[in-house]
Amino acid sequence: MTAQTLLDKLWMSHEIIRRDDGASLLWVDRHLVHEGSHHAFAKLEARGARVAEPGLTFGVVDHYAPTRGRPGRPEIARMIATLEHNAAAHGITCFGLDDPRQGIVHVIGPEQGLTLPGLLINCGDSHTSTHGAFGALAFGIGATEVAHVLATQTIWQKKPAAMRIRFTGRLGPGVGAKDMALCWIAKLGADGARGHAIEYTGEAVRALSMEGRMTLCNLSIEGGARFGMIAPDAATFAHVKGRPFAPEGNAWDDAVATWSTLPSDPDAAFAREITLDASDIAPIVTWGTSPEDALPVTATVPDPDRAPAKQADRVRAALDYMGLSAGQPLSEIAVDQVFIGSCTNARIEDLRAAAAVLAGRRARVPGLVSPGSQQVKAQAEAEGLDRIFMEAGLEWVGAGCSMCVAMNGDTVPPGKRCASTTNRNFRGRQGRGARTHLMSPAMVAAAAITGHLTDVRPMLAGRSAA
Amino acid sequence: MSGWTRHEGKAVALDRESIDTDQLIPARFMSTPRSEGYGPFLLHDLRFDAEGTPVETFPLNRVSESSVLITRRNFGSGSSREAAVYALVDFGIRAVLAPSFGDIFASNAVNNGLLPAQVDAGVVDALIADLPETGASARIDLADGTARIGDRSITFEIDPIWRKKLINGWDDIDLTHRHADAIAADRVNRARRSPWAFPSGEGHQTTA
Repeated sequence: MTAQTLLDKLWMSHEIIRRDDGASLLWVDRHLVHEGSHHAFAKLEARGARVAEPGLTFGVVDHYAPTRGRPGRPEIARMIATLEHNAAAHGITCFGLDDPRQGIVHVIGPEQGLTLPGLLINCGDSHTSTHGAFGALAFGIGATEVAHVLATQTIWQKKPAAMRIRFTGRLGPGVGAKDMALCWIAKLGADGARGHAIEYTGEAVRALSMEGRMTLCNLSIEGGARFGMIAPDAATFAHVKGRPFAPEGNAWDDAVATWSTLPSDPDAAFAREITLDASDIAPIVTWGTSPEDALPVTATVPDPDRAPAKQADRVRAALDYMGLSAGQPLSEIAVDQVFIGSCTNARIEDLRAAAAVLAGRRARVPGLVSPGSQQVKAQAEAEGLDRIFMEAGLEWVGAGCSMCVAMNGDTVPPGKRCASTTNRNFRGRQGRGARTHLMSPAMVAAAAITGHLTDVRPMLAGRSAA
Repeated sequence: MSGWTRHEGKAVALDRESIDTDQLIPARFMSTPRSEGYGPFLLHDLRFDAEGTPVETFPLNRVSESSVLITRRNFGSGSSREAAVYALVDFGIRAVLAPSFGDIFASNAVNNGLLPAQVDAGVVDALIADLPETGASARIDLADGTARIGDRSITFEIDPIWRKKLINGWDDIDLTHRHADAIAADRVNRARRSPWAFPSGEGHQTTA
């Protein structure tokens, strides 16, 4: 038998049939739905169909979840009520605002043990690749596909090409998974991994915690890949064991035996291979309006006149939107506010990393800290992290997508500049006219303290970077 | 969704890279029921200024009834929001010609009868350079993968699976129901072979 990749193994174990034209019908082990599913449920209703597998479908309120009190606007309350109604009507477990398991879908899946190695996981959200950190085949889908999964518990998909991104060496202090992700995206471009499923490997990936692995896989779509994954190992199994929905007893032993066969065979072939040295990576910030517009914080704002001819117009337009000048040191860019949150960087380790920088210091600009889930919030409060944020002058709020997607009323005002742990610096992403700089939680904490983009590394002297 | 093989309409150039899903439809419009129509939201914050006045110089405001967009790389990157496609389709767009598309966007497009036609970057350069500000006639032929924009004939790439789907206007749910027996058998085998793959533990029990 030919050597297989992790992707091959996951694909094969979910393929029900493959048509002559190459389209595979795949079994879906977990389907996670949020408020955005209203289009899909409406499609289901239009054909009088029922949800095929309510026991494999889980709902959660996140995109419109208020972070302070109850929903302030009727259309937001309606989006949440619609999800809760659809879930109840179809017998789906739903983690609503008052459920202690509520949080961002890509945080609560792993937290509840719904996310396991070897599963195929779908959600109507492009950051579903996050769950690939466990060695799952996880990918975001649109509303028509959500309706299809609801109705059949399967999905048609053409197998992507396998791509391996290998990080050799070790990360330096103050550098993390977010920097690794922005580093490869800047190198390959925001469409660099289009059509591919990425497997992240190498010493620096193995050394990441599960939280870090989730951050890395989460950002795959920002480099164009619908799938990102990491082979499961002992750290994965330890993270999953004992979670509420995880297997127990004999089923656990069977599961681990199966999961242990998932890693790519040593001589498996990849359509594309990229190798990066983790020890070369510095803390990275974005300067433009695409995640590919990323540079080490020690660099300067690019000059469109020196950019390749094909890129000059885009760089100029990005600088115009962002209100930046060519040649300006990135570390001199003043920010108006900060945001720590999102499915990319709002897990407990992210909050610890930000708190390690903020402890005993004051923020010069206002900011919001929104934990990824109610459980992360409770854990952070048990560790006293909430006090560190509040004593620094930041606001400690509830769990949800919040200012990353700006649907719940948490927005950055027009023209204002935000240092943000989120995933997209698109025009208007955080609100019309908002200017977003993406970076790690530690780097956002540093920007909060100095009031401008800042290399966090010197600020960690004498502290343990959590 | 009804299928199509040929489209005749008007082409307009959007000379920008990476028009992402958040630009195609800003998040604040997404709680609207589809039945109300998503056309007015298309590229809203580029088409309209902060006061809601149309930006006269923006191509889609300059050219009325455009149905074919010619644009640059990485179109539709970002979110899985199918609303980005609804906005294009409800506005009247039937095809987008670009060097590259976001994977999820392209798949959503095909599910709504919108053609994401991949065209060489050099051809896009030429098309955009040629296109008058008032737009040009456009003819798309899905069956043979050709298009005529103004006086220029070009070819485009589309995955054969997607081409077939656009032409037939297939509804995947109907198609999948034909495989109901295979799906049921797979589920039985799966529950026997990997019971761990069904949610269990103290979370809840399913009828695996």
